[in-house]
Amino acid sequence: MSQTEAKEDKESHVDAFSENPINKNLTAEEKINFYRQMMEVRCFEERAVHSYQQGKIGGFCHTYNGQEAVAIGTISMMQSDDHIITAYRDHAHGLAVGMNMNECMAELYGKVTGCSKGKGGSMHFFAPDKNYWGGHAIVGGQIPLGAGIAFALKYKGTKGVCLCYMGDGAVNQGAFHEALNLAALWKLPVVFIIENNRYSMGTSEARSSSVSPLARRALAYDMGYDTGIGNSVYEVRVKTEQAMEKARSKNVPTLLEFDTYRYRGHSMSDPDKTYRTKDEIADYKNNQDPIMLFGSILIDEGIASEESLIDIKKESRKKAEASAKFADESPFPEIEDITKDVYWEEDNPEHKTSEGTMFFK
Amino acid sequence: MPEITYREAVNQAMAEEMDRDSDTFVMGEEVAQYDGAYKVTEGLLKRFGEKRVLDTPISECGFAGLGIGAAMMGLRPIVEFMTWSFSFVAFDQIFNNAANIRYMSGGEINIPIVFRGPGNGGVNVGATHSHTPENFYANAPGLKVICPATPYDAKGMLKTAIRDNDPVLMMENTILYNNKEEVPEEEYLIPFGKADIKKEGTDLTFIAHGKAVLTCLKAAEILEAEYEVDVEVVDLRSIRPLDEETILNSVKKTSRVIIVDENKPFCGVGAQIAYIIQEKAFDYLDAPIKRVSAVDAPQIYSMPLEQVQLPNAQRIVQAATSII
Repeated sequence: MSQTEAKEDKESHVDAFSENPINKNLTAEEKINFYRQMMEVRCFEERAVHSYQQGKIGGFCHTYNGQEAVAIGTISMMQSDDHIITAYRDHAHGLAVGMNMNECMAELYGKVTGCSKGKGGSMHFFAPDKNYWGGHAIVGGQIPLGAGIAFALKYKGTKGVCLCYMGDGAVNQGAFHEALNLAALWKLPVVFIIENNRYSMGTSEARSSSVSPLARRALAYDMGYDTGIGNSVYEVRVKTEQAMEKARSKNVPTLLEFDTYRYRGHSMSDPDKTYRTKDEIADYKNNQDPIMLFGSILIDEGIASEESLIDIKKESRKKAEASAKFADESPFPEIEDITKDVYWEEDNPEHKTSEGTMFFK
Repeated sequence: MPEITYREAVNQAMAEEMDRDSDTFVMGEEVAQYDGAYKVTEGLLKRFGEKRVLDTPISECGFAGLGIGAAMMGLRPIVEFMTWSFSFVAFDQIFNNAANIRYMSGGEINIPIVFRGPGNGGVNVGATHSHTPENFYANAPGLKVICPATPYDAKGMLKTAIRDNDPVLMMENTILYNNKEEVPEEEYLIPFGKADIKKEGTDLTFIAHGKAVLTCLKAAEILEAEYEVDVEVVDLRSIRPLDEETILNSVKKTSRVIIVDENKPFCGVGAQIAYIIQEKAFDYLDAPIKRVSAVDAPQIYSMPLEQVQLPNAQRIVQAATSII
């Protein structure tokens, strides 16, 4: 489907999914909350960009602008026994599972108040207490882990599902294929989600993958697959629910692919001048932005107004600003912290059984 | 005390720990129906069923990663590599994920996993199948690496490994699997980071791990009989953590050291140990520290030549006579 066709189709598409019970039965408050979550992610990322430009954030920083409906829509379908794991573009997933902006921003700043005490950085957010298992920076490296999380759920007899996210570049890694084979072979309750933002760094999908849609690769493993428009919260929710239900009730994995887009470069180090046009970015921003589209739906449905949405934006910005202040004022870890959190045993001396030297000079 | 093989010792350790904790399970290539490529997991499928003893596809990256994911969730996987040489296709999972996730999560996540299997040369299978990667893995903070040389040590250390909340990599050796030793029937655990003096001596110290320990014992016999040199053989057993104290005490006693290692010499385990000795026992040394390692080339296939490429008693004796 071309972008123009997608645009023309947009309204009927959104309507069809809004009538699905999982969306129809949402309360106004829940819907507004999705909007707020997406806006908070957007504002968090924008503030992070600003901080990066100020030199407050080091290394790589991959922003999620444009993709918000995927993380918010999919994670909105999680129940208490469900788990998620993702790649390095991981801020949104963290915020969506309920991590607070302060701990996330402080992690970007490398501060001890960060979610990983300043030891992980942008690409390594974790919140196992919220069933969020990271934040993994080697492309595709998290996919076998996702299969393992699903394996553990099944082993323990928990009726949970693992949502395992990846970018479109990850489907060409061996780890992807090995994990999909294992998940299909062992009937693991996992939903693999490709967030296809069209470019693996600067290489377009057409220049890197021999099969389109990417989700069709599931056929190689006799696995079900589906594709969806990733800028529609309603559609993302429905497709995710269908896949999760299969995983939950039959231990059947699915490969889901959501078509989405990122506004900024691959990371903050990407000047974004070589592989796509400004017009392409502008077209998505102006016509297909997930937050804008969902805002229009809320207004059409009569549960929000232009003004109330602007208020949400203002509040989200304020929250992001406060998180930057919190991060800025937080202390860095101490020198002694460098060798903490390496080994469980070293951090729990009362249970230590090993002797000898663990750290070397 | 019953006499059991190294293979049986490893098998018993797994079975006992699987009895003890239902969250412990074994997976790997041919570990279930086939009873193990080297029969180390023999009988486990029959005893524990297919939920807990799983044959995997030939897919090391996939199942190593799957094991790590399961360990993050609190299970205690024992992942068998048919040989450690095959772990290289899972290297990212072990080196990046198992080793770093605890750290990068600020200590929020533990990885209580054991990777084990044989990692050795000496069986004429060529360069790709003869790797001894303890130096690579011990290089990673976050991983623990053990190389037991005897059935007694293998059993006691593997039991410790399975109960450990950090990732542990146990490197065995196909040549050792049939070796027998008396092993107590009652339960025992051997802590990591505790070397074992396999032979006491006063004139010269050999420091080794894995099969090289047995080669050192042979060389020590020759040196005693032919040169009246009384050698002390220190078996490291554990590479990381490392028992510096036992190493240094032995050096202080004998003042002469040879580090014997089936690994290639450059950036090997022996290099770090030599550094530690010169730093902490420099004044006690009466001769330069010597190393006997594998000859520095990819492992050769040709049978008689591989025997020369790996440290053998003769090469060790030769090195010893140059410093006594």
